[in-house]
Amino acid sequence: MSAREKAAKAGHRTLITLFALFAAFPFAWMLITAFKKTNDLLDPNSFPFGYPKGPTLENLRVLFEETLFVRWIGNTVFVGVIVVIITLLLAVPAGYALARLSGTFGEQLGIGIFLTYLVPPTILFIPLAKVVSTLHLQDNLWALVLTYPSFTIPFCTWLMMGFFKAIPKDIEEAAMVDGMSRLGAFTRVVLPMSVAGLLTVVIFTFTLVMQEFVYGLTFINSGRNFTVGVPSFLVRGDVYFWGSLMGACFIASVPIAFLYNLFVDRFIAGFTVGAVKG
Amino acid sequence: MKIADDPNALARILIAPALIYIGAVIGVPFILSLWFSVSDVTVSSAAGKYVGLENFRSAMGDPSFRRALRNTFLFAVASQVIVVILATTLAVALQKDFRGKWIVRLLILLPWVAPVSLGSIGWLWILDSIYSVINYGLYHWFHVCGPQPGMTACPVWLGQPTLAMASIIGVQVWRTLPLATVINLGGLSSIPQDIHDAASIDGAGFFRTMFQITIPLVLPILLVAVLFGFVFAFTDMIVVWVLTRGGPYDMTQVLASLAFFKGIDGGDLAGASAIALFLFPVLAAAAILLLRLARRAEVI
Repeated sequence: MSAREKAAKAGHRTLITLFALFAAFPFAWMLITAFKKTNDLLDPNSFPFGYPKGPTLENLRVLFEETLFVRWIGNTVFVGVIVVIITLLLAVPAGYALARLSGTFGEQLGIGIFLTYLVPPTILFIPLAKVVSTLHLQDNLWALVLTYPSFTIPFCTWLMMGFFKAIPKDIEEAAMVDGMSRLGAFTRVVLPMSVAGLLTVVIFTFTLVMQEFVYGLTFINSGRNFTVGVPSFLVRGDVYFWGSLMGACFIASVPIAFLYNLFVDRFIAGFTVGAVKG
Repeated sequence: MKIADDPNALARILIAPALIYIGAVIGVPFILSLWFSVSDVTVSSAAGKYVGLENFRSAMGDPSFRRALRNTFLFAVASQVIVVILATTLAVALQKDFRGKWIVRLLILLPWVAPVSLGSIGWLWILDSIYSVINYGLYHWFHVCGPQPGMTACPVWLGQPTLAMASIIGVQVWRTLPLATVINLGGLSSIPQDIHDAASIDGAGFFRTMFQITIPLVLPILLVAVLFGFVFAFTDMIVVWVLTRGGPYDMTQVLASLAFFKGIDGGDLAGASAIALFLFPVLAAAAILLLRLARRAEVI
């Protein structure tokens, strides 16, 4: 290897390392902070990347025993599961109809539905706050259950449309020749073949629910009803329980990140080549 | 023919529930917000009355609104310019095969796949006014600032207007870089190897290939990534809300966070709707551009 090639390789490695450090540092920092003793945390001169006064599990004990963290995780799972069910029931049939049954009009409708995904919560949260208070749902998890499908349905409809288009038409036609109705062919032949697509919808819906912040902040006030996306309970006034807070952030973000990571290519495909022509 | 066999009827029945739901949770609130913006409705009033363009007029006359409008553009444009440069660099670097690529990919994707609010809280602690780990490094390792007499005071990252703006832009870059990188990487890998081979036979070096072949070819898909990033940055308030709450003195306030403070904390739904609607023209323009671009690039 020439000196020049060696230098190029070292440069490449340095570049990649710097990027990876930049991306992952906040999470590493959460993990380190979660085990620090308070007198280490609140001493600006104590070495930050270790535990000069020894590590502690106290922050995590506080998090699990003295805060409602477990309840917030439960709330998130509760909202997530119901939103997943609503999304599956509505987006999967719609995706199928757009992929198979409605010609060029369907294609335009599909793009229209995808565009509604671009309408951000920050345009809708003010009128929705009024709707939620009119329905007496403020500070109620059902406010989130009802509003979250506004971003999960458009995206998942689009995703399933692309997925169904990739399944050859002949399969349903053969089933219909064998005497099934169109609906029967969809539910008994196409759906069982689409388990991977359905699973993708489940994962995405769940992660989108975990990512959501604005509606949670707007509709939920009491600590009892927070989801893990809004852990402002640990930020009491100006007193920050940094150790517990960082532990909470790490526990709530990293496992879901790994899960999401398995599906991220499909997600990106949904953004760019979601419905490949044809 | 039974409904289960009639494609048109079946299509309508299968699509209708999704359309009705979307209409109810996106369409209705959107129309409501149009009405709110020309009314004087508040959280407590049952129904407002029509006041014309008064809310828009008072927003335009409000210095904190004009600052938020400027900040929103600055935040979105600056973060996406940086993202384009970094994402292209990173995507080219990731195209090569090397050992441990999967773990690097996983780490680089973390900011996108983890909930943004939680990642931002991590940054809040990194950028803390007293215990910032960055300032620890600046003081103990580089000796450029510190609490000792005679030394320059260390930066208060979220407390000084310019630094606070730079910090929220930095965190937004951190958060959107993975999406742009992965989209970019998809574009890069779709360039046929022949083109690179031909270029190298003709004697084109790395930079020449990069600027005259690679970048022009990935440009359409790069623009898709940028537009998505721009829309997210332009309409978002999470990073700002977590890191600065718009402070110090409204210097980092963006339209979305201003609407939040006015409407949800302040109860002025009408004024807040007018502010949030300022997001819409830019959003619509981005969507139209995205569609035209996608059609040309044959990606959507």
